[in-house]
Amino acid sequence: MSPFLVWSLWTAMGCLALAMGCCLLRMLRGPTAQDRVMALDTFYINGMLAMLVLGLRYGSSMYFEAAMLVALFGFVGSTAMSKFLLRGEVIE
Amino acid sequence: MTPALVLPFWAEVLVGLLALLGSVMALLGSIGVLRLASFFQRIHATTLGATMGCWSLVAATVVYFSAREGTLSLHALLIAIFVALTVPVTTIFLMRAALFRARRAGRTDVPQGLSDGPPSN
Repeated sequence: MSPFLVWSLWTAMGCLALAMGCCLLRMLRGPTAQDRVMALDTFYINGMLAMLVLGLRYGSSMYFEAAMLVALFGFVGSTAMSKFLLRGEVIE
Repeated sequence: MTPALVLPFWAEVLVGLLALLGSVMALLGSIGVLRLASFFQRIHATTLGATMGCWSLVAATVVYFSAREGTLSLHALLIAIFVALTVPVTTIFLMRAALFRARRAGRTDVPQGLSDGPPSN
């Protein structure tokens, strides 16, 4: 693995960590509940991308499965919370 | 462990550039989530990471594993397709919920629904 690829993958990791920090700040600060849900939605997308970058760095396809699971459960969670915001119930 | 981590030079450069592009896009979207003024502006910024960021990183993964194993390995495309299917659903759902709650709170700067607007007759 060339030094350029190592450098660019760690820079990508740093960008994604900074992105997750921004989302976390919005989630803690967000004035309304829908802001927090939206920040959590962006947070899990960024976490999934960080999993993909880790899989590239270590050349392992295990991280791919983890990214798939993060995407799956993040979708379920965001949808359930949006439903809760809309109706006050998740399953009616 | 994996056999050999030797990639051709063009593949390493391509993987590095795609990974950088995708993560910078995700970072820009998250800065937008932090900095933009209202919820209805912020929800536009979330889509940067879910479209350009996700597709660039998935393309980097496909190039990396294809160049390493010598065959075309497209399994990472599953993630991009899954995200492309689910993120619009979540975003529209969240948007409807936010609009509903803004109308319920009596805010006048959001558009009214077609059915509960001012009576026309």
